[in-house]
Amino acid sequence: MNKNMNTNNHYPQGQDFRHVLNARYRVATVWQTLFLSALLIAIISLMALIYNVVDGAFGYIAYEYKNDPSEFTSTPLAELTQEELAAILKENLSSGAYKKLNNEQPVAERSQADLFTLFMERLVQLDTKGTWSMTDSLMNGEEIRAEVAKKYPKAQLEFRSWLTPQFLVTPMSSKAEFAGVRTAVLGSLWLVGIAILFALPIGTGAAIYLQEYAPKNWFTSIIQTNINNLAGVPSIVYGMLGLAIFVRVLEPLTSGALFGVTDSNGRTILSAGLTMGVLVLPLIIINAQEAIKAVPDSLRQAAYGVGATRWQTVWYHVLPNSLPGILTGSILALSRALGETAPLIVVGASTFISLDPSGPFSKFTALPIQIYQWTTRAQSEFHAIAAGAIIVLLVLLLSLNATAVLLRNRFQRRW
Amino acid sequence: MEKNYAIESNKLSIHYGHFTAVRDVSIKIEPQKITAIIGPSGCGKSTLLRALNRMNDFVPGCHVTGELLLQGQNLYGRDIDPVEVRRKIGMVFQKPNPFPKSIYENIAWGARINGFKGKMDDLVEQSLRSAALWDEVKDKLQESAYALSGGQQQRLCIARTIAIQPEIILMDEPASALDPISTLRIEELMQELKKNYTIIIVTHNMQQAARASDFTAMMMIDDQRAGGVIEFDETKKIFTRPQDKRTEDYVTGRFG
Amino acid sequence: MKQENITAENKAFRPLNLARKISPAESAIQVLLFLAGILSIFVTVAIVYELGKEAMLFFTNPDVTLGKFLGTTKWQPGIGQYGIWALVSATLVTSFVAIFISLPLGLAAAIYLSEYASFKSRSILKPILEVLAGIPTVVYGYFALLFVTPILKAIFGDQLQVYNMLSAGIVMGIMILPLISSMSEDALSAVPRSLREAAYAMGATKVETSLQVVVPAALSGIGAALIVGISRAVGETMIVAVASGSGPNFSFNPLDAAETMTGHIARISGGDLSYNSIDYTSLFAIAMMLFLLTLVLNLISQWVVSRFRERYE
Repeated sequence: MNKNMNTNNHYPQGQDFRHVLNARYRVATVWQTLFLSALLIAIISLMALIYNVVDGAFGYIAYEYKNDPSEFTSTPLAELTQEELAAILKENLSSGAYKKLNNEQPVAERSQADLFTLFMERLVQLDTKGTWSMTDSLMNGEEIRAEVAKKYPKAQLEFRSWLTPQFLVTPMSSKAEFAGVRTAVLGSLWLVGIAILFALPIGTGAAIYLQEYAPKNWFTSIIQTNINNLAGVPSIVYGMLGLAIFVRVLEPLTSGALFGVTDSNGRTILSAGLTMGVLVLPLIIINAQEAIKAVPDSLRQAAYGVGATRWQTVWYHVLPNSLPGILTGSILALSRALGETAPLIVVGASTFISLDPSGPFSKFTALPIQIYQWTTRAQSEFHAIAAGAIIVLLVLLLSLNATAVLLRNRFQRRW
Repeated sequence: MEKNYAIESNKLSIHYGHFTAVRDVSIKIEPQKITAIIGPSGCGKSTLLRALNRMNDFVPGCHVTGELLLQGQNLYGRDIDPVEVRRKIGMVFQKPNPFPKSIYENIAWGARINGFKGKMDDLVEQSLRSAALWDEVKDKLQESAYALSGGQQQRLCIARTIAIQPEIILMDEPASALDPISTLRIEELMQELKKNYTIIIVTHNMQQAARASDFTAMMMIDDQRAGGVIEFDETKKIFTRPQDKRTEDYVTGRFG
Repeated sequence: MKQENITAENKAFRPLNLARKISPAESAIQVLLFLAGILSIFVTVAIVYELGKEAMLFFTNPDVTLGKFLGTTKWQPGIGQYGIWALVSATLVTSFVAIFISLPLGLAAAIYLSEYASFKSRSILKPILEVLAGIPTVVYGYFALLFVTPILKAIFGDQLQVYNMLSAGIVMGIMILPLISSMSEDALSAVPRSLREAAYAMGATKVETSLQVVVPAALSGIGAALIVGISRAVGETMIVAVASGSGPNFSFNPLDAAETMTGHIARISGGDLSYNSIDYTSLFAIAMMLFLLTLVLNLISQWVVSRFRERYE
């Protein structure tokens, strides 16, 4: 064995080193457990969040009828037809109230579901006494039944899913039991549509300019830095920008006054959609730039080699090859816009509208706005429909993202 | 009486998944000598070197068959701790890779994690002296190691390896990224170090192998693209009277 | 030019003109693309101009003095109280709680993903973090108010108000965790493999290598992640709007209800505001502060990241 130059060796040897090493391994195990548990905490949080939402969207509800349905009709509730309901409403509502309804939308043209809701809301006047979460309902069913029987002898108790097909197609209502997300979903679709119409062409154009045309100089680098910074500006600041520019300065345009619309102010779908468009613009530019960057230079050189102009090269070669990437990025930007709430509040989402949006100059609400408003209400039945609306929102987002992933996998090309 | 070897391999093969990169290497490395591994690029020199202190453990899919014996223990045996192996068999890499810490910390760190109990200042000085770097850095021990030149960084890496007092030092083309003067200094340093350490060096530079080493292992790939040692002998024999035709072609520059 | 024409004619029986031709369509397209490119500059200018203009109206109001703005702790512009600290304190507390949660967890997750996880477990764990990052903040608000707050209530009892900064801060931390983890992971992966090998070759264990070599080498990148995390926390609106309370309250006790700068903007602008009122302009003053703060934070972090990249190129 060779001798080390250091005769008085200060390193632990043999068994001693083993001890030191074992101690080090114990420390290593502790740390590794800590690292892993950080990820576990993230996973548990996600599970808890999903559980929390699902838990809220199903469960017992105890309610009383102020007026028994049999006072209005002898037909069982489930079998009431549209005509019967229309007749009952006409008969029992005060003439003023009926006229107002008819003005909003002629009663004869309304759906059975719509009329049934009106019937329950206005005439029967259902009164919710309490709601319980899914876990509570399943675990403590007995106690809940006993409690309800004791406190509200007249009340009916049923297990209810707040998320039903009905929930999707019913417009807003001031009563949680009859409210739906139809108005909000349509509003969200309008907003996202306008945002993408605005941001996709401009964002792609900007990305093409930066990747294919822009000279490498200080001005280009300012544009680039600026885009990166805009992507980090809090969304509520975009809301303030939207309020100042689209709602106020451009009011003649965004209220539709220029196009002959008279009954609105600047707080319209158009203003909100454009605000969202500006908000997602930097994201779309950055994503599109990445997609364009991934197109290899050899392709451009090949196009130039056969005498193509710069635009021909971009239009016939660069864009088609980067399109899947650009679209994927846009879908991700869309899902960001779909979930944004704060700018919409600032731009002036309506707190209550039950009519479908009729065009870009309508007043608007959106799914996240509904969730916000319902969550901040004190009554638990509103929390239940907030949970239902969250599930709708998450499913929408999930399908958008799934589309993006599919698109990416389908068209992903290896250069 | 059986001769004592620093490390010996017995039919050592290295595989990446189903591909065999190095096949059936059986060599016996003499202690306190410099052994060079030469051969054309891609013949598995570095792979073999990295197998000697189990650095290949970090390559996914890599596994080793055969035996590698250090003082009679198979380093690929079941109860062998790779961390302890690497503490005994140090390594200097192709490109200087000092830690982004001070010069002092670069040396002290390895000593500290390995439970060094003596005076750290002395160890740092001693290691830097052994690596012929002390005079150049003694006034700037607290400065970043990145401020040193490439050649100085590589000597710092050698000093850091000496500091933990391994049995064997592996060097993977330690001078390939350096200028001729720095290369010369590293070679001189190796001659100093072999008084205390066994050194195994991979090099693509045949003059370096001829100049600096005592023994040489010649590697070549076979028809299945697996590398193997085709000849292993004293360096002067390899360069003057090679037994294998392929070795002769290679050392005389008729190959590739 | 003429020379060329003649030789070309001789050779190809066809005039050749290599002079630069101006194609109107190409130029028009280039101009359009340029306009799209500089629109982002225009957006920034618009933000600065509009926010600045309204904020100036607020600050030039004779009733608003710098002393009141920075020296008092009650905020209600409608009745002449302009102490911004009432809002800033809540922003500080919620952001601090959020970073306190997300920095250690995000960094630990990043170390695990970058240094420990196999390719397969990475491909499972990363998407989970991405899902967490993709959940709308209003949903986090619901989670904070209806899940985390009741749990905290069980722990702290009556000391905890129904709306409180702690719950909002914790949930904000969970929201920021994926951001910090993915940025830190990028920084850790950028540390060259040769440094890890150097550490292993000296007999270091994996943890010693990760914590004492890789993390210090990636420290500036991790710092950038922290800064972006802070900027995100300061600008986050919906979680605090739902869960942290509605009403300015100068308090540094996380168990109290208090309104952050963003939460205040959301609540006040949600109502019907008359333009040019002091309430209206004051919101722009707050928004301007938010914009400048996040701008500075983002610029610093970008600068740090680019310097970090250079170092290991």
